[in-house]
Amino acid sequence: MINNDNDTTDLHLGMAEEVSRFTEAWRIFNKNRLALWGLVIFTVFFLVAVSGLVLTVGDNPVLDPAKVRLSEKLLPPVSPVDTEMVKPEDRPFAGIYLLGTDDLGRDVLARMMQGAWVSLTVGFVAVGIAVLIGIIMGGLAGYYGNVRINFMQLLAMAAFFTSMVFLISGQKEMAINFMTASALFVSFSIVYYFVSVKGSGDPGAMRFFFFDTVSVDSLIMRFVDIMLCFPSFFLILTVVAILPASIYNIMIVIGLTGWMGTTRFVRAEFLSLREQDFVSAARAMGIRDMSIIFRHMIPNAIAPVLVSATIGIAGAILTEAGLSFLGFGVPPPHATWGNILSDGKRFLFDAPWLTYIPGLSILVVVLAFNLFGEGLRDALNPRLRKR
Amino acid sequence: MFSFTVRSFFQKLVTLFFISIISFLVVYLAPGEPSQIDPLNPKFTVEDLQRFRQEFNLDKPLHEQYYLYYKNLFTGQLKSWKDNQPVLGKIYERFKNSLWLFIVGTLITWCLSFPVGIHAAINRGSVFDRTSTFFAYVLISIPSFFFAYILIIFVVKTFNISVIGMQTFGMSGADSIYQIMDRVWHLVIPSILGALGGIALLSRYVRAQMLEVIHQDYIRTARAKGLSEDQVYYKHGFRNALLPFVTMFGLILPGLIGGSVIIESIFAWPGMGRMGYEAILARDYPIILTINFMAAVLVLIGTFISDLLYMVVDPRIRL
Repeated sequence: MINNDNDTTDLHLGMAEEVSRFTEAWRIFNKNRLALWGLVIFTVFFLVAVSGLVLTVGDNPVLDPAKVRLSEKLLPPVSPVDTEMVKPEDRPFAGIYLLGTDDLGRDVLARMMQGAWVSLTVGFVAVGIAVLIGIIMGGLAGYYGNVRINFMQLLAMAAFFTSMVFLISGQKEMAINFMTASALFVSFSIVYYFVSVKGSGDPGAMRFFFFDTVSVDSLIMRFVDIMLCFPSFFLILTVVAILPASIYNIMIVIGLTGWMGTTRFVRAEFLSLREQDFVSAARAMGIRDMSIIFRHMIPNAIAPVLVSATIGIAGAILTEAGLSFLGFGVPPPHATWGNILSDGKRFLFDAPWLTYIPGLSILVVVLAFNLFGEGLRDALNPRLRKR
Repeated sequence: MFSFTVRSFFQKLVTLFFISIISFLVVYLAPGEPSQIDPLNPKFTVEDLQRFRQEFNLDKPLHEQYYLYYKNLFTGQLKSWKDNQPVLGKIYERFKNSLWLFIVGTLITWCLSFPVGIHAAINRGSVFDRTSTFFAYVLISIPSFFFAYILIIFVVKTFNISVIGMQTFGMSGADSIYQIMDRVWHLVIPSILGALGGIALLSRYVRAQMLEVIHQDYIRTARAKGLSEDQVYYKHGFRNALLPFVTMFGLILPGLIGGSVIIESIFAWPGMGRMGYEAILARDYPIILTINFMAAVLVLIGTFISDLLYMVVDPRIRL
């Protein structure tokens, strides 16, 4: 009756087909029409931005965003170039202003293409910085959260930061004093370590300076709480306005004020992963902590980070546009969608395309990032999948 | 419960101390000094520079500046660098204007988000749900300044009323009824714009909460009892979904300052956000610092209130 040969194949019949994590996520993502559109627009935007970079750099670019033609100012979209007034080498690509010109006769299409690349890099670099800090801080808080910092270490850290502050503010003497103090505390710690831990001697009264204070987890999370208290846009505006105007400062400042969410996600993921069997197994095998964190835990914790990064890029693009609008954005040689709009608002009635083209572009791209991010969240979140 | 309150309070105090340090450092560590703002001005001699630095304690070491700044702030003696007026007085003047925007904006947010969110959750997957979801994303994604211009053009062209500023120029002699109507018109557009992001986020949140509750067992029990749908949703569902929102009353406080910079600049609304923007342009450090500090303090107060409210509303916390 029972055919032993078929037994092994029959076993598979009753089971569900083996599906990889990616296929499963893609299946759910595919169902979400809006998210799919988000992905499509995201891809198109990426291609436009890259081609924008390629077409607008160099001495004689195909699309010149900086070429001023005063005779051709404020032309509406799809207007041909005036061949009598403009020299052949100054003419736009194919002799037509596809998106019109601005108040200096610059080609809006070229400026939008250049701005796309700038927006993309601002978004990616800013979020990259934020995610990097977030993973490091969240990883520390999640993995080493229970480690307690002793009093001397806390003193050394406080002295070090104070010395840095004085160094930046230009008060050399105070900086040196605090740096010496910090070094003293550190060497004191090292001595203590060798006497009491390695040498198993009696530290005696020294123990008084090494009582445990806060844990790593509460130190980092309190810092996150403090950072979350500040109004982010106003803080960014303040710092960007005070620092010299540059595109890198904007990326860094947006990145430095946006890492708190990632830290919380990564910490939460790490706290639950830390207790799981595969991490215990890895630890039992004697794998180093760094290797456990980077090889085993981060790949499992990356999903919420990806989602918040996608939505974070949307936020960073909006923030950059807002800064440009207020006049503190990327400085003039670079065109960004924010400053095209901000320049164009003076001609709102004469040249509405100068407002609507960048405005709608920002809207569509940011919307695409948001929809894509939300779709990703649904696809990657196993808790929602069961419903 | 008492110990929780006390502990939470002291935690907030420690946080406040670090906030005061960070908000001070953010401004004072910046390269350059306000005294160097116009180095090419021939009228600004070296002696003037010295006097300026002495007047505003800029020649003192950093920790003394920190001490003097907060001492002056808490005793109310802090002066703006631009016009030598007391900072707290200036902020209070602007605060009154911002408060109106804030109240109207919050009312609009809360009155719109709840019906939209609940309706979307009850009719999950319907046309209404999908459109409201899509529009929520649009509202989050649209640059507020761009939308502001569209709205201004629309309102000015269709209704022929001016919306910039707090009142129409030359209205001061008119009847009070006209003045009030004029003020209301000027108030509505910036409030709506300020509320848009909040409406989108809150309505999504209401929807998610409501969906969470609708799938609970007690809702099925209520249905099985034969209650009407309205009773099931509003008496058994909504009340339970409300829990997180009670605590959000505390968290709306910070909205008083944050996020209003762009809207207030566009509408020339003399509120706190615009004041902060003007202060940044003029490098008026005391005002920038005080606004940052006050915003952070408002967040702290907000979280403290929401902690307390949560304790009152949700008995599980007290265990």
